[in-house]
Amino acid sequence: MGRTIIQVKDLKKDFHVGEVTVHALRGINMTIEEGEFVAIMGTSGSGKSTMLNILGCLDKPTSGQYILDNVSMADMNRNQLAILRNSKLGFVFQSYNLLPRTTALENVELPLFYDSQKSAKERKSIALEALEAVGLADRMHHTPNQLSGGQQQRVAIARSLVNDPVVILADEATGNLDTRTSYEIMALFQELNSRGKTIIFVTHEPDIARFTSRNIIFRDGHITKEQYVSERSNARMMLNSLPNNNDYDY
Amino acid sequence: MNYFNLIKIAINALRRNKVRAFLTMLGIIIGVASVITMLAIGQGSKKSIQDQVSKMGSNLIMVMPGSQFRGGVQMGNSNSKSLTLEDVNALKKQCRNIVALSPEVRSSGQVIYAHKNSPTSIFGTNLDYLAIKKITVANGRVFNDNEIKASAKVCLIGKTVIKNIFGENFNPIGYTIRFNSIPLKIIGVLSEKGQNNFGQDQDDLIIAPYTTVQKRILAITFIQAIYASAISEEKSQMAVNEMESVLRTNHKLKDGDENDFDVRTQAELIKMFSSISDVLTILLSAIAGISLLVGGIGIMNIMYVSVTERTREIGLRMAIGGRGRDILMQFLTESVLLSLIGGIIGISLGIGTSKCVASIMNWPVVVMPQAVILSFAVCTMIGIFFGWYPARKASNLDPIDALRYE
Repeated sequence: MGRTIIQVKDLKKDFHVGEVTVHALRGINMTIEEGEFVAIMGTSGSGKSTMLNILGCLDKPTSGQYILDNVSMADMNRNQLAILRNSKLGFVFQSYNLLPRTTALENVELPLFYDSQKSAKERKSIALEALEAVGLADRMHHTPNQLSGGQQQRVAIARSLVNDPVVILADEATGNLDTRTSYEIMALFQELNSRGKTIIFVTHEPDIARFTSRNIIFRDGHITKEQYVSERSNARMMLNSLPNNNDYDY
Repeated sequence: MNYFNLIKIAINALRRNKVRAFLTMLGIIIGVASVITMLAIGQGSKKSIQDQVSKMGSNLIMVMPGSQFRGGVQMGNSNSKSLTLEDVNALKKQCRNIVALSPEVRSSGQVIYAHKNSPTSIFGTNLDYLAIKKITVANGRVFNDNEIKASAKVCLIGKTVIKNIFGENFNPIGYTIRFNSIPLKIIGVLSEKGQNNFGQDQDDLIIAPYTTVQKRILAITFIQAIYASAISEEKSQMAVNEMESVLRTNHKLKDGDENDFDVRTQAELIKMFSSISDVLTILLSAIAGISLLVGGIGIMNIMYVSVTERTREIGLRMAIGGRGRDILMQFLTESVLLSLIGGIIGISLGIGTSKCVASIMNWPVVVMPQAVILSFAVCTMIGIFFGWYPARKASNLDPIDALRYE
């Protein structure tokens, strides 16, 4: 196993709703190493989303330690967190969150706009490379409404890749997709993972979690179960085993 | 994030909502266009008044008696007796840059005919006076040199006076009226001139030979003013200088003595009219400016809607590394761009409208470059001012809430 990318120690997060305090995370410890493909699972209210927000540097823990790629986020302010997100993290959301009426290429370029080091030309070539990696180079001038759900999610994945993040955080990335397209997306993630990308995938679907290498199950703010996937499914093979669209008669 | 990126992001965002962007700009466009047009019309009317005034009398030169210094006592201007007929004769002989010259003596009093009387003014002049003041005779004749020499009891009469003592549309030629008990025979009726630009009735007057007014009515030897016409507008300053030196010599003033008379041209009048026109321009522009303000509020409104509508976009931008400042600048740039583009269109439209007004209504318009520059500045300010709150709201959003916003 490679070096440690994420280290979380006794992490707690409380929310104050009126006079009630909700303990969303009650002391989480976990370590994620480079090249892992981790599924964070749990029912709604289990704390997995809160965990993802903290892992994504969108939220700060009430107490405990979170070290991302040797950087502790404890004392960072909003701006520093934004810079950290820009340089180290890639996000993939359930609802894609692409800018409407904006081409795939421009959507993919977006994170690079917040990195003043890159020139317009560099931006474009990096974005194009990322689109190629997700197999959508030929669709670079299409806007989201001209793309299918799966294609939109692939654009979003390309967007998460452009800043060469140390970890990609996917939040229910297959939640809006049918089985076939889900498998396609998972195949893409597996491919990226096989090329060394560290991926954290939040899901509540056990059959999606089978594609990952390790499952961490949350419940009531605790990690209740943590297991390596013994028989990891290959999404590409599963995809091929599905009946092909062409087999149907329309 | 550099400014070029910022502008690019803002343009992309505006492009996504072209119709809305245009409608938002419309407020600014109309505001700026009306300010530019109002200023252009205001400036045009100012210029046209100046032209008119100078057309009718920038050649006009007035000599008023100034204050005198008698035995160490500074005397008031109104009682001054410094101007005399000798001055008129000297000016007539020595000044080359004037074409017409007339003394003026005047008195006010009651004009009486039968049982009716009316207050009016009588002006004693020579024949040049009519030309200098651009007065013409509608009916009858003007007095002649002999009548001036003889202090003849004749007069020319204005329309208002006729109306007051004879009634409207009465031909009074040949009738004898009395002015302060001096009987004067009416030999001519003056053409109607209406009110002047100060609202004075220019037809409420009687003109008589200056000798008559001087000797028979006022019983004085001095005169109250001298009117002259310069050969041309360009020569009028030369004429003024010439007249001053003649009068100084005639009055035996030493070097260093102050003039005991006052030579004026129409320049002051022009200045005064200009200031009236300025006030009007400011007033009109202020009203137009209000529409600009309304346009600004429109921008603010749309930016608020835009921030709400694009909450998820803001969340996304924050998630992928946009700092609060980047978001603030993005929305601020958008609102400034909206108002600036609106301003540019508005300026062009304003100039176009001004040209249309000029050609269709035949009004003089003058588009000042200052107005254009000012409009640019105001538009930028509006963009920043009205964009600030929505942009601030956007930049203060919490990325988690923004991402989950439905």
